[in-house]
Amino acid sequence: MSKILVCIKRVIDYNVRIRVKPDGSGIVTDGVKMSINPFDEIALEEAVRLKERGIASEVIVVSLGPTETQQQLRVGLAMGADRAILIQHDTAVEPVTVARAFLKVVEQEAPLLVITGKQAIDDDNAQTGQMLAALWNRPQACFASRLEINGNSALVTREVDDGMETLEVDLPAVVTTDLRLNEPRYVKLPEIMKAKKKQLDVLMLNDMGVPVSQQFTTLKVSPPPVRQKGVLVKDAKELIDQLKLKGVLQ
Amino acid sequence: MMRILVIAEHAHGKLNISTHKTVQCAAQIAGAEIDVAVLSDDASAVASQAAQLAHVKRVFKVEHPHFAHAVASTHAVAIVELAANYSHVFAPSSTFGKDLLPRVAALLGVGQISDVMAVEDSHRFVRPIYAGNALVTIDAAKDQKLVATIRVASFQPVATTGDATIESVTISATLPGYTRFSGHSAEHNERPDLQSAARVVAGGRALGSAENFNLIYQFADQLGAAVGASRAAVDAGYAANDLQVGQTGKIIAPDLYIAVGISGAIQHLTGIKDARTIVAINKDPEAPIFDVADIGLVGDLFTVLPELAKHL
Repeated sequence: MSKILVCIKRVIDYNVRIRVKPDGSGIVTDGVKMSINPFDEIALEEAVRLKERGIASEVIVVSLGPTETQQQLRVGLAMGADRAILIQHDTAVEPVTVARAFLKVVEQEAPLLVITGKQAIDDDNAQTGQMLAALWNRPQACFASRLEINGNSALVTREVDDGMETLEVDLPAVVTTDLRLNEPRYVKLPEIMKAKKKQLDVLMLNDMGVPVSQQFTTLKVSPPPVRQKGVLVKDAKELIDQLKLKGVLQ
Repeated sequence: MMRILVIAEHAHGKLNISTHKTVQCAAQIAGAEIDVAVLSDDASAVASQAAQLAHVKRVFKVEHPHFAHAVASTHAVAIVELAANYSHVFAPSSTFGKDLLPRVAALLGVGQISDVMAVEDSHRFVRPIYAGNALVTIDAAKDQKLVATIRVASFQPVATTGDATIESVTISATLPGYTRFSGHSAEHNERPDLQSAARVVAGGRALGSAENFNLIYQFADQLGAAVGASRAAVDAGYAANDLQVGQTGKIIAPDLYIAVGISGAIQHLTGIKDARTIVAINKDPEAPIFDVADIGLVGDLFTVLPELAKHL
């Protein structure tokens, strides 16, 4: 039987309206609700379903972040992961560093499959899964909307710009999830209570022998240009006239 | 001197316009020499098109039976070999480039800048974070290879007035066989694709039922528009998952976006803020969608939609 490793990220909840710090140094995170990155939640759900169907024997959830990331890992455990690993590091690191750290866990755990979200909704980088697959020298199937495990390989349907593509990948492999793969379950109270007893190991990034990349420096963070306030029209006719005026309709 | 390698996106013997736009981004780096790599089982037709792109010096035909489809794990090995003498490697931030380029970066031992939307100098770029709700200016170390995907919506295509030389290149690296292309299907849909459509009509929870959501389809068809939906409408089962517009759904930038019965939750607004013209139709004058709409109509969608249909 086989393990599945799910990589998650702690991010500002998708329902929060983010604010740029007035000095341009970043995004306000104090007192802001934090959650599992929604695409990673889909990854977790998929892994738990594979275990429920008897295809996997163990689901391990891993994250890199500050000590508070234990909260998101506990939610992952409540969703059905068997144990959790936090790679603790208090400052943000570049995706290639995250991938290198996850590779250490992969080498330790030797999973059949690594599943993670196609991107995190904070930095929108969409890099970590692909980088992990590259460093591991294993296949990747990104933006998955369907996953079927057949023994030593998997068929993965991917959402690409011009439709759907299906790849056959030898296992082990890395799969990144798109929105359509599944709908994550709601976590019920008894599961949250049970999750408190599950194993959660903490590793320190600085003790793992992972080179920390410092290729990029953030100079400033700024809000996007503001949209001009629009006009209100009184009826359908006037609406169409306005669209014609703007040249949007002929 | 800056030397930029652009990885061409193409399908069915045709160069994708995303490549023209990526070259435009590369050309904004002063004095850069730009080459384009075309990986294919038969690259001739696409290479000829790439050779016409303005600002391009050389086009590499990189042919191998394994390149019949853009499989990232295979392509990446070849691109790493090609990238040896370049300061920059660029690809469009389409699903093609998003899949491929981080793999290339990691194999090169560097990071990546995703979704470049503006060039400030050879190693300074602006990119969106939080679905475009903030913009970040990034400096990249000059002593490392700069790998970046280019946000195609931010750049105009270059002219096709170029006359680059075409060279054949053979890859010596062993290509991994552990990923195999198995099939491709276009959406079985007469309607325009939501991601790339010039016009989009989207419906929200106010539609009230999957049956009523057909009103959105009818109106969209009349406009030749793609159909989208808010997360609330998707969660309520009125519309399919793949229609969801918003931070966790599709982020779109059509010329015209018409939001019908959508209140405008933050995560939805982040998905549409780059639309050129936003129209909002909603019963509630306080709905946040009106804060971003260029044209707002406060009214009941069930009376407004038939009237709009009549006047179109």
